[in-house]
Amino acid sequence: MPRVWKFGDAINTDDILPGKYAPFMVGEDRFHTYAFAHLRPDFARNYQPGDILVCGRNTGLGSSREYAPEALRKLGLRAIIAKSYARIFYRNLVNLGIMPFEAPEVVDALRDGDEVELDFERGVLQRGNETFQLRPPPPFLLEALKEGSVLAYYRKYGRLPGERSDG
Amino acid sequence: MGLTLAEKILSRRVGREARAGELVVVEVDQVMVVDSIAGSFFKRLEQLGAMPRHPEKIAIVIDHVAPAANVEVAKAQKEIREWGQRMGCRVFDVGRGICHQVLIEEGLALPGGIVLGSDSHSTTYGAVACFGTGMGATDIALAAASGCTWLRVPESVKLTLWGQFAPGVTAKDAALEMVRLLTADGATYMSVEIHLRGGAEGLSRGERMTLANLTVEAGAKCGLVVPSGEILKMYEVPDWLYPDPDATYVRELEIDLAALSPRVAVPFHVDNVEPVEKVMGKKVDQVFVGTCTNGRLEDLHEVAAVLKGRRVAPGVRMLVIPASSQVLEEATRDGTLLTILQAGATLGTPGCGPCMGRHQGVLAPGEVCVSTSNRNFRGRMGAADAEIYLVSPRVAAATAVAGYITTPGALEEVSHA
Repeated sequence: MPRVWKFGDAINTDDILPGKYAPFMVGEDRFHTYAFAHLRPDFARNYQPGDILVCGRNTGLGSSREYAPEALRKLGLRAIIAKSYARIFYRNLVNLGIMPFEAPEVVDALRDGDEVELDFERGVLQRGNETFQLRPPPPFLLEALKEGSVLAYYRKYGRLPGERSDG
Repeated sequence: MGLTLAEKILSRRVGREARAGELVVVEVDQVMVVDSIAGSFFKRLEQLGAMPRHPEKIAIVIDHVAPAANVEVAKAQKEIREWGQRMGCRVFDVGRGICHQVLIEEGLALPGGIVLGSDSHSTTYGAVACFGTGMGATDIALAAASGCTWLRVPESVKLTLWGQFAPGVTAKDAALEMVRLLTADGATYMSVEIHLRGGAEGLSRGERMTLANLTVEAGAKCGLVVPSGEILKMYEVPDWLYPDPDATYVRELEIDLAALSPRVAVPFHVDNVEPVEKVMGKKVDQVFVGTCTNGRLEDLHEVAAVLKGRRVAPGVRMLVIPASSQVLEEATRDGTLLTILQAGATLGTPGCGPCMGRHQGVLAPGEVCVSTSNRNFRGRMGAADAEIYLVSPRVAAATAVAGYITTPGALEEVSHA
């Protein structure tokens, strides 16, 4: 069963993927194996696809490096639950098809190692008998996420979500 | 109710009134790509099956690891040159300088414009009232393919800087004070609108760049300095490019420049800002002057003024990396570099240098670095436990001479004691 990996406040993109392990430094095939290399060296080795990241405030601050969340996506991440996000990171998550849930009280309730199940579409998180209702992302983003990512949306419609098709 | 500067720029672009909270799709004037994400950028365009819609509006800057440090990077940079030539995009090659400095110098970021950069410090363009904001590779590729991007019109924080700096205090100190006041997420999703009053209008373009640059460390989407002073002489500033007096702000704050003293951001967060006195005497291994925050000519002037007739302390490495080839040339011509080199500092190729820990000054475990850069995150410049203290160029220079963290004023007292 998917587990929770819990982190604190102000997890920055240097924490998620240190600059020296960027794909353009170490290669496209290896960079994701350095996710959280400084902060939690056991992470990349033990992370299982579908496991959920739970973070505090201002998650993903710092560099715009999309390869930080891309490393997580490559490991199999589909959702983060956080108290709040830095803006570039939030856009990067949506673009890569990782669901950015915002739920401070759920973050407080979850512990590292908890076994959970998440229904992405409905935003329902299950831990044993407990159910947590997450607020799904705004419609504008859902429109994109329904296609998988903003990239996929653009490929299908030839425009950005929210852009008028007749303009 | 009136409009903020961010609302003015975005309203102008969409041809109707656009207020904070609305989503708008806007045409962008320039898309800036840096070497470290160019590979992802090309890959995304390929995945989109798209070509750049306006190649002339794309600039690729080779600055994050310049010159190349290994074969992987060299391959990536070779691809940039070939791609740029094939597409007809501007490529600024090794040694031209740091992306933000180069775009300003080349006139590619202009008042009232909208520039997207694949680097978080793209807020720097706000120094000339250009809506500059950073995004990831996918957003940048989408902007290159479509010529547009989507933005949520940001709320604004109004920051007023009053008066003139006391001797020894600089724009970096004001910028660090701003991050302290706002905190690391105090301006998330917002525009920090900077008003200069009561003498502060005299701040140079370079000093405004330092301020706008660090707004992202408070989470800002953009940091717009209201045009005044030398900006009005250097650019044609359209008369609509001012916030309305009755614009709405979520928060208003002020910094009295005359009352400000030198500041330091202590590891491992940029908003851990203290007066320098708090860490005075801390022994250092490396001093780094440079980056998009503080690698400009006026910064090197500050450094040279402190170093003149002095030597870098034994056991300390002092690295100076001019922000651009233009800065390097000017600092060579006016003798600034000679003063810096005679003091025992060494030079790096214009570019980002060791700021993100990839080359040209990576830190060993347990080392302490005083830096004029913008981030002191854990492991940012090398080993996970190396410490980075962020300061002004003047404090960095004084520290290099002393071998421990100090200010030029304190250094003066020691040498006269």
